Amino acid sequence: MQDVWREDRHRKWIRDEKDSSGCAISGFIHEDGRRESGDAIIRSIESMHDRGNGLGGGFAAYGIYPQFAEHYCLHLMYDTPQAQQVTEEFIAASFDVAHSEPIPTRTLEVIRRRPLLWRCFVTLKAEVRDRHYDLTDDDIVAMQVMHINRAIDGAFVFSSGRNMGCFKGVGYPEDIGRFFRLEEYEAYMWTAHARFPTNTTGWWGGAHPFGLLDWAVVHNGEVSSYGINRRYLANFGYHCTMHTDTEVIAYLFDLLIRKHALPIEVACLAMAPPLWSEIERMPDEQRDLVSMLRAVYGGALLNGPFSVVVTFTGGMIGFNDRIKLRPMVAARKNHTLYVASEEAAIRLICDDPQQIWHPRGGEPVIGRLRQEVALA
Amino acid sequence: MRKWLVEPDFLVERDLDRCINCQVCVRQCANDVHYYDEEGELVASDSEHCVGCHRCATLCPTKAISIQEAPLQFRPNGNWTAERIRAVYKQAEGGGILLTAMGNDRPLPVLWDSLLLNASQVTNPSIDPLREPMELVTFLGRKPDRVKVSAAADGHVRLETQLGPQLRLQTPIMFSAMSYGSISYNASLSLARAAREAGTFANSGEGGLHRDFRPYADNMIVQVASGRFGVDVDYLNLAAAVEIKIGQGAKPGIGGHLPAEKVDAEISATRMIPERTDALSPAPHHDIYSIEDLRQLIFALKEATRYGKPVGVKISAVHNVAAIASGCVRAGADFVSIDGVRGGTGAAPTVIRDHVGIPIELALAAVDSRLREEGIRNQASIVAAGSFRSSGDVIKAIALGADAVYIGTAALVAMGCHLCQRCYTGKCNWGIATQDPTLTKRLNPDVGTRRLTNLLRGWSLEIKEMLGGMGINAIESLRGNREHLRGVGLGDRELNILGIKAAGE
Repeated sequence: MQDVWREDRHRKWIRDEKDSSGCAISGFIHEDGRRESGDAIIRSIESMHDRGNGLGGGFAAYGIYPQFAEHYCLHLMYDTPQAQQVTEEFIAASFDVAHSEPIPTRTLEVIRRRPLLWRCFVTLKAEVRDRHYDLTDDDIVAMQVMHINRAIDGAFVFSSGRNMGCFKGVGYPEDIGRFFRLEEYEAYMWTAHARFPTNTTGWWGGAHPFGLLDWAVVHNGEVSSYGINRRYLANFGYHCTMHTDTEVIAYLFDLLIRKHALPIEVACLAMAPPLWSEIERMPDEQRDLVSMLRAVYGGALLNGPFSVVVTFTGGMIGFNDRIKLRPMVAARKNHTLYVASEEAAIRLICDDPQQIWHPRGGEPVIGRLRQEVALA
Repeated sequence: MRKWLVEPDFLVERDLDRCINCQVCVRQCANDVHYYDEEGELVASDSEHCVGCHRCATLCPTKAISIQEAPLQFRPNGNWTAERIRAVYKQAEGGGILLTAMGNDRPLPVLWDSLLLNASQVTNPSIDPLREPMELVTFLGRKPDRVKVSAAADGHVRLETQLGPQLRLQTPIMFSAMSYGSISYNASLSLARAAREAGTFANSGEGGLHRDFRPYADNMIVQVASGRFGVDVDYLNLAAAVEIKIGQGAKPGIGGHLPAEKVDAEISATRMIPERTDALSPAPHHDIYSIEDLRQLIFALKEATRYGKPVGVKISAVHNVAAIASGCVRAGADFVSIDGVRGGTGAAPTVIRDHVGIPIELALAAVDSRLREEGIRNQASIVAAGSFRSSGDVIKAIALGADAVYIGTAALVAMGCHLCQRCYTGKCNWGIATQDPTLTKRLNPDVGTRRLTNLLRGWSLEIKEMLGGMGINAIESLRGNREHLRGVGLGDRELNILGIKAAGE
């Protein structure tokens, strides 16, 4: 435990050890596309202060960069100016950079040490697309991001989606939120995370949300099936470099929904399937489907206690382990879906919800931007 | 008579104060160790033929008999042990190959004992299997890379992928291949019935499927071995799955031999060979001289069963096992069974059993890792075999990457086997590895079935306890989940091959 009071938590530090933590999560989506500032989500996560321990807090926000809606926005942490220089050269080789700037922050006494925080808005160069003609843009961007995170010393991409961004660091989430001036952003969907790591891998990049492409995951729990989930994903070319449960959850969603084109509900059935005793009582067609999912996606089953909020462009999924070993509450009011670890975190920012409930284990709560809503 | 230089292995001692001359031991010993001395009106024993099966000691109503290892007969020598000296004497007498049975009895490192399991503390809750469901259901067979569905506008989801044939196991433990012939009718029947009761599978071995076992065929895997005994299209189609036997852990690289004296009318009919002829299984399949031939046989069997049954390949764990298993999968095997160096047999040359092959722990880890590296792990299931002594061994194998395990020796022990390693003599006093009607009737198939189902139940309950302790409620979340294993006393190289961390890491 000698590193609990480490002074270099702003430095990139990925250990070859599974990370585990207790946490608080909160999130909401305005399905009508209405945007609001980060103020409410900060207050919501702040109400669960005691579920974190100051070693990590973060946010994801969607719809915040309408002026660059078609550009991938890379949020980067650099330990040193040299790391920045190497990374920027690497980025320039594959991407056209439309805009590049420091991420605006505010000076706060409690946020003492910080990496260099930068963001750039990029598109893939045509020749890079040609070279990887068998890959989608998303695949290529993911590959470049993984390269930076794995191979460039002192550089870390913590957000890489379009018209969205993750903001995170070491500290309590309410402080991190104010540090990043989130009240100045307008998003139709926000999620937040407070972290209570039980081992000591707290560093800026290790805070949540975990973001890759436009996926962001905030997660409370420990995935006991991590070892096999990770090896299962390796079968499909995913390399888990962060050693966190959150990372495997994000990749599983990416695999099942983006690559295998499963509807969200079906993907959730694969990751948190009903018990065999329930499956046997299902009507034939459904039984066949769920049995097949269990037989084929056994390596994707997420076991152990978790509640998670997964977000992507236009949607949010709240999702519990199949026997509900972690708290998760959902609520609806008008066009907004809320999900949080604790009911108070919702009631604080939503007066008189029309509906408030505890979703069953394994049963996803899904919020989607209505189709007529234009994102730009 | 010439003095035989080999001294007895065991010393049979009889407490005359306890012996009541009831002659139970005389009637029970097929090796004629005990006899009734008419003149002295006493039961006496001759240790020379004792195999150490403990039948007499177990059944003696007054506990008058004890069997000891024969006291030291040779000058102590760390290199030339008594066992080795005896072996030389035996071969000097007979000039033949020394035979043995059951699994390797050398003190080879048992890596299961160097692996330790994880449990939940604080950060995630353990799950109490007495209160929460704990799922062991396992599917064996080829799985597609992905499931395709089509979703209608109303949200109705239709399945578009078809799953190939699968074996569904209620618990990831099956009975290993033991042929009718190598074991008795009653022993075979007990295995088949217990498999049905426990929702798992027994394996016919290469002995064919006796007509009386055909009602249990839904819970049987049938073997196609190099001798092709008992193989016809009905045999293949009755069974739940077909397994091509290439090798066996106890005797990699060699064939088998059921002596003519065991081939009675029933066995002759089941194996489809003439009565009282030797049943010789050649070392290789005479139609498989390379991987492309194996592919032909796999698909010949799939054709014969109209692609309705999983077709697997059983290989023994040898040096290049990972590459061989990968070849089997690419050749179309729906499951690959790997039998380690400690796997059992009804008869094998001692030198082969004791010195050929590699441990199942390393073989299994290497195969699972290789198939994953190649991205084909989902294309076939892995069944591990080769001496699973407890549910602890089983769960460790699953964490290393096995879909299921085969148990052979443990099943025989459950039916009463005392591991005397003399199956090849046909004089099994426990009625298991014999065809002598006076001996086979000693194993009541109802009792055999009950003891086997008890064993499976006990192990399954223990597996659930351990799973719950790890905070896992479905066996698939442990399969290949090596995060839940740590090694003690292993070198970096072994840890690396096993793909696990050392305890404390």
